Amino acid sequence: MALAIALPCLARAQQDTQKEIERYRELLQDGNPSELFEARGAEHWKTKRGPKNASLERCDLGLSAGVVKGAYVQLPRYFADTDKVQDLESRLVSCMVALQGLSSEEAKRRPYSGPGQPSVMTDLVAWIASESRGMRIAPPQSHPKERLAYRAGEKIFYYRAGPHDFACATCHGEDNKRIRLQDLPNLTNARDAQRAFGTWPAYRVSQGEVRSMQWRLYDCFRQQRFPELEFTSDAAIALISFLAKQGEGGTFEAPAIKR
Amino acid sequence: MADAMRIRANIVGDKVEVRVLMSHEMETGQRRDARGDIVPAHFIQNVTVTHAGKTVLSAQWGPAISKNPFVHFRFKGGKPGEKLTISWVDNQGDKRTDEATISGG
Amino acid sequence: MNGKRREVLKAGGGAGVLALASAAGLIRPGEALGQEWNKAAFGTKSVAETVKALGGGSSTESKEIQITAPDIAENGAVVPISVESRLARTQAIAIMIEKNPNTLSANFEIPEGTDPFVTTRVKMGETSNVYALVKADGRYFHAVKEIKVTIGGCGG
Repeated sequence: MALAIALPCLARAQQDTQKEIERYRELLQDGNPSELFEARGAEHWKTKRGPKNASLERCDLGLSAGVVKGAYVQLPRYFADTDKVQDLESRLVSCMVALQGLSSEEAKRRPYSGPGQPSVMTDLVAWIASESRGMRIAPPQSHPKERLAYRAGEKIFYYRAGPHDFACATCHGEDNKRIRLQDLPNLTNARDAQRAFGTWPAYRVSQGEVRSMQWRLYDCFRQQRFPELEFTSDAAIALISFLAKQGEGGTFEAPAIKR
Repeated sequence: MADAMRIRANIVGDKVEVRVLMSHEMETGQRRDARGDIVPAHFIQNVTVTHAGKTVLSAQWGPAISKNPFVHFRFKGGKPGEKLTISWVDNQGDKRTDEATISGG
Repeated sequence: MNGKRREVLKAGGGAGVLALASAAGLIRPGEALGQEWNKAAFGTKSVAETVKALGGGSSTESKEIQITAPDIAENGAVVPISVESRLARTQAIAIMIEKNPNTLSANFEIPEGTDPFVTTRVKMGETSNVYALVKADGRYFHAVKEIKVTIGGCGG
């Protein structure tokens, strides 16, 4: 008898908690420090760098050289010059190498910012993402390699491994899952996937930095006690391809601000 | 020098609504780095906002203000096209001053 | 008459001593920032101590002070807090976090013509009472709200 009364109370308490968390998220929206990163990113795009002393302004992000507006929401995609499917960050590495003459190692040396240590890559991602804000998520699937990347990403999504035998799907493959107070998006559900893909990159207040999709997946792998997901690796690109396609049709609202 | 502040100043009714985003680590002086050493305190201590030579807001802050501080406030008497000046000084003597133009109406 | 003096005299037309000094190059613009940082007030460990360090004696709870903030902060690094005072002649708004290592987060001075309202973001180390302390007409008043702080998701 007592248990039957207690359970609805618990369910109500969880709902109230959820409402309060939503309110926290709403109140956060007013000022997004990602603007500081975007401003730097806009500058980096035009800054001459590397042995070739060139800027990134001729970089082709998929919509032809130099076109930044709308590029993010049509990535990942196949690029003929590298003969592979690439996401934004791997494409920026390609451009830094080809246009600026940096080595691949140099281009990938500081992918993520830290306290007092900004990252050119992070700043560029923030700015380029902001140039797709409000647009429809529309990663292409016309090239066979794009379709292959999606399928590879899907396989990885369901692949159980690591000491906990987790897959991405363990946490993100069903509705109504949560960890502590965080409700987890079901990435096999279009609405959740659109919202998830549409809000990365994000200024993560818990990090005090803008975090990209590459970072988000790297951190998921870390949480799962998987081997490290290497920056711009094929596996990372495949997973991003999968998630982008899952989020297809959603409105891109990044860079967002979240916990 | 620290990055520029992002300042929005809009006329709303008879007031100027100001939103400022500052770029600053706001280190508390209690965090340890990867080596275990204390990261020294580094935080904005004084903020001043002026318009037409008059202070419209001033503040003293401690390290408990969040990293990349955000402030939102409103004052009377500003007109579109007029300038707002915002300055900060931190505990290490770094400073930053930025201007914004009041928009809207 | 040299240009500098002209500047000083122009600034002198109703702008105040600090503006004069700044125009004369005696104080660099970044320094003309009001009083020296109140080290004592930012080192206090309780609400009562803070009020004293800010120059008050005691503080009265007031329903005329509104704190707008979430009941639960998903992360303590950034907790958005708004304070609005309906008290006449509000001069200053301070934000205090009881359980933080030091109680005082910020003190905003509100000149005449500026709304007695401010929004900012504070760090909270743990669930705590948050106090908005308002100085109005030379006296101190406060409101309090508890904000719960959680650690999110997988732990970070």
